Amino acid sequence: MKAFLTRRKSFVVAATAALALSLSACGGGDAGGGSNPAPVEKPTFAAGTTMEKLSSAGTIKIGTKFDQPLFGQVGLDGKPVGFDVEIGKLIAAKLGIAADKIEWSETVSANREPFIEQGKVDLVIATYTINDKRKQVVSFAGPYYEAGQALMVNKDNDSIKKPEDVKGKKVCSVTGSTPAATIVDKYGAELVPAATYSACLEPLRNKQVEAVTTDNVILAGFVDKEPDAFKLASDETFTKEPYGIGLKKDDTEFRNWINDQLESFEKDGDYKKAWEATAGSVIKTAPSLPTINRY
Amino acid sequence: MDVIIENLPLYWEGFLRTLFLSAVSGVIALVLGTLLAAARVSPVAALRGFSTVYVEVLRNTPLTIAFFFAAIVLPRLGVKFEQFEIAAIIALSTYTAAFIAEAVRSGVNSVPVGQAEAARSIGMGFGQVLSLIILPQALRTVIPPLINILIALVKNSSVAGAFFVLELFGYGRQLANANGDAVITVLLGTAFFYLLLTVPLGILASTVERKVAIAR
Amino acid sequence: MSSVLYDVPGPKARRISLIASIAGAVLILGLVAWIVMILAQQGIFEGRRWQIFTRADVWRLLGNGLGATLSAAALAAVIAFPLGLALCLFRIADSPIIRIPVRVVLEFLRGMPVVLMMLFVLLGFGTSPFIAVVTGLVLYNAAVFAEIIRAGISSLPKGQREAGLAIGLTSYRSRMLIELPQAIRRMMPSLVAQMVVLLKDTSLGYIVAYGELLRAVQVMADFLGNAFLFPVFFVAAAIYIAINILVSRLAVWIERRGSKKAAGGTAKAEPAAVEAGAP
Repeated sequence: MKAFLTRRKSFVVAATAALALSLSACGGGDAGGGSNPAPVEKPTFAAGTTMEKLSSAGTIKIGTKFDQPLFGQVGLDGKPVGFDVEIGKLIAAKLGIAADKIEWSETVSANREPFIEQGKVDLVIATYTINDKRKQVVSFAGPYYEAGQALMVNKDNDSIKKPEDVKGKKVCSVTGSTPAATIVDKYGAELVPAATYSACLEPLRNKQVEAVTTDNVILAGFVDKEPDAFKLASDETFTKEPYGIGLKKDDTEFRNWINDQLESFEKDGDYKKAWEATAGSVIKTAPSLPTINRY
Repeated sequence: MDVIIENLPLYWEGFLRTLFLSAVSGVIALVLGTLLAAARVSPVAALRGFSTVYVEVLRNTPLTIAFFFAAIVLPRLGVKFEQFEIAAIIALSTYTAAFIAEAVRSGVNSVPVGQAEAARSIGMGFGQVLSLIILPQALRTVIPPLINILIALVKNSSVAGAFFVLELFGYGRQLANANGDAVITVLLGTAFFYLLLTVPLGILASTVERKVAIAR
Repeated sequence: MSSVLYDVPGPKARRISLIASIAGAVLILGLVAWIVMILAQQGIFEGRRWQIFTRADVWRLLGNGLGATLSAAALAAVIAFPLGLALCLFRIADSPIIRIPVRVVLEFLRGMPVVLMMLFVLLGFGTSPFIAVVTGLVLYNAAVFAEIIRAGISSLPKGQREAGLAIGLTSYRSRMLIELPQAIRRMMPSLVAQMVVLLKDTSLGYIVAYGELLRAVQVMADFLGNAFLFPVFFVAAAIYIAINILVSRLAVWIERRGSKKAAGGTAKAEPAAVEAGAP
C-alpha cells in the first residue's frame, strides 16, 4: 500500500510539472508578428457600449484562422499573421488597445458562431463569409473584403477550367464549409472531405482528387508556395464571398462603429498598407474596400 | 428535432458508410490479429519477433497518425487508390489488429497448460495444437474483450471523417456547420446513430461474458 | 509459455526455422529498402528538408505541442481516475435505483466516439478546445476505468467480500477497505494500458483545433511549405511512439512487480482476459 501511495504521489508531481511546463509555454504575449499600429490614446466612448467596455478593459479577444495562408496563419513563434490579423490590430488600435494586448484564439469553420454566441471571443475575423443563415445567429460588420470561390488543379491539368467541369469528379474541400456545399449542391462534384484545406494538397498532388476548391485568396496562397505543382483553374471566381467581421447578434452600436472604422482605414490608406504587408505579396492588385453593408 | 428528420437521408448515408468501414475493417483485423497472435507463440523466432514489433509499434501509435500514414504517406510511396475508404480500412484494420492480437494472446495464455500437453502427447504438431485445441478454447474466453475492441473500432472509424471519407462523423460535422442554430441537436442525432451500433454490441459482450463465466 | 505449444525443435526444425527467419528478414529489409528508395527519389532525404530541426523555434513549437498533449492527458487522467472509481462504486451498488441509471450512463459514454464528445463540448458549450479535449477524454476514460475496476472486483474470490461482511463491515466499507485495493492492484496493467490510450487520444484534439503535437506539426508544415510535411511528421510520430512505449513499459514493469508480489501472497486467480485497454 505504501508503494502505491508513493507511486501516486510521483504521478501527481509529474502531472503538475507537465501542466506547469505547458502553461509557461503558452503564457507568452502576442507581441510582434507583422505590423504594430499605434493605439489611439484614451479614446472615449458612450458608457455602456461594447467599445467602452473593451477600451477600459484594455484587451480584446479575437478569433481567427490559424491555417489560412495570407489571411490568418500561425507562424513558428505561435503568433498569427495575415490580412485578417492586420484588420484586427487596426480595430484594436482604434479602441486604444495595443497589438500585444490582443488575445488571439483559433476559430475553425465549425466553431465560429458558438464562440461569438458564448462570448469566447469579442470578434471573429476569419475569412468569414456573410450569409443569411449565419446572420440569424450572429451579426456582421463589413464586408472588408470580397473573395470568390475558385478551383485549384495540378499544373499539368488543362481539362478543368470552370466549375461545370468537375461534375461527378472528386473535389477536396473542408467538411462543412460553404465552398464544399456549393461545389456539391450546385455543380454535382463528389466531395472528398478534409480537416483543413492544407490537408487537401497531398491528395491533389497524388491525383487522388481532381481539384481543390475554396476561396480564391486561400488557393492563391497555396499556389504561391508551390507554383511548380499547382495552379488556379481560372482567374474567374464563381461565387461571391464577402468576408465580414462576426460579432454578437444585435450589438448594432458596435457593428456600426466597426463599419465606420473600416471606412476610415480605407481613407487613411491603412487598409491598403495592411493588404500590401500580407496578401499583397501574392495577389498584386490591391482591392478597395467593398461597399459596407449596413443593415 | 426537425433538423434530424430533415436530414435523415444524410445521417443514414453516413451510418451505412460507418457500418461498412467498421464491418470490413473488423473482419480484416480479426483475421490479421489472430495470425499475429499465432505468430507470437510460434516456434519460428522471426515470426515471434515480427509479431512483437508490429503489436508494440501499432498499439503505441495514435490512430490519427495511422490514418495520416495510410491516407497521405502511402500514396507518396506509389500505393494509390481510387477510393479513400481503402486508406481508412487500411488504417483501421492494421491498428485494430494489434489490439486483437494482444487479446487473443492473453486468451491463449488462459487455456490450461494441460490442454496443450495432452494434445502434444497424442502427437499433434504446433499447427494442430493451436488451431484444433488452443484457439477454439481461447477464442471463447476472449469474445467479450474482442467485442469491446470492435466497439472501439466502430467509434474509431469516426477519425476517417477528418481523412477524406464522408461517414457519420463527417456528416455530423457538416450538418453542425450548416445549422449553426441547432448544433446540439445535430450532434445528438449523430450520437444516436453511433449508439445504434455500439450499445447492442455492448449488451452482446456482457451477455457472452455472463455465459462464459457460468460455463466455467 | 510458448514452449508448451510445441516440442523442443530438433536440428531439422531449427534449420528450417533459421532459413525461414533469414528469408523473412531479407524480405522485410527489402521492403524497407524499397520504401527508402522511393522516398529518396522524391527528395525526402535532402539535407535542406531536415535542416529545419537545427532551428530553435521549430523545437519550441514541437515542445509547445508536446506540452499541450501531455497537459491535456495528465489533467484528464487525474480527473478521470477518481471519477471512474466513483462510477464503479455506483455501478455495483446494492440499490438498483443507483445501479441501473449509472449503468445506462456508462453504456452511453462508452458507446460514443471520443472525438464526437469533444466536438459536442466544443460547439455545444462553446468552450476552449483545451476544455473540450479534456472533457471528452475524462468522460470516456472515466467510464472505461469504471469498467476495468468493476472487472477487477468481480475477479476477486467471493470469500473476500463475505469475510468482510462477516466481521461486521458495512457493504461500502468492505468495498473500500478490502475489495478496491486488491482490484486496483490486480488491474494495474489494464489501467496503465488505458492511460496509454488516453494519451494517444489527445491527438484527436487535431480535429477540434487543440494545439497539441499533431496540430503543431500540421501548422508547422503549413507555414514552412509542404516540402517539410514528411520530416516534421516523422519526428512527431517518433515522439508519440517513444512516449507511449515508455508508458507501456511502465505497465509491463508494474505487471511483473505485481505478479511477484501475488506469487508470494494470495493465490493468483487465472489471468483475467479482460480488455487490455480498449483501443
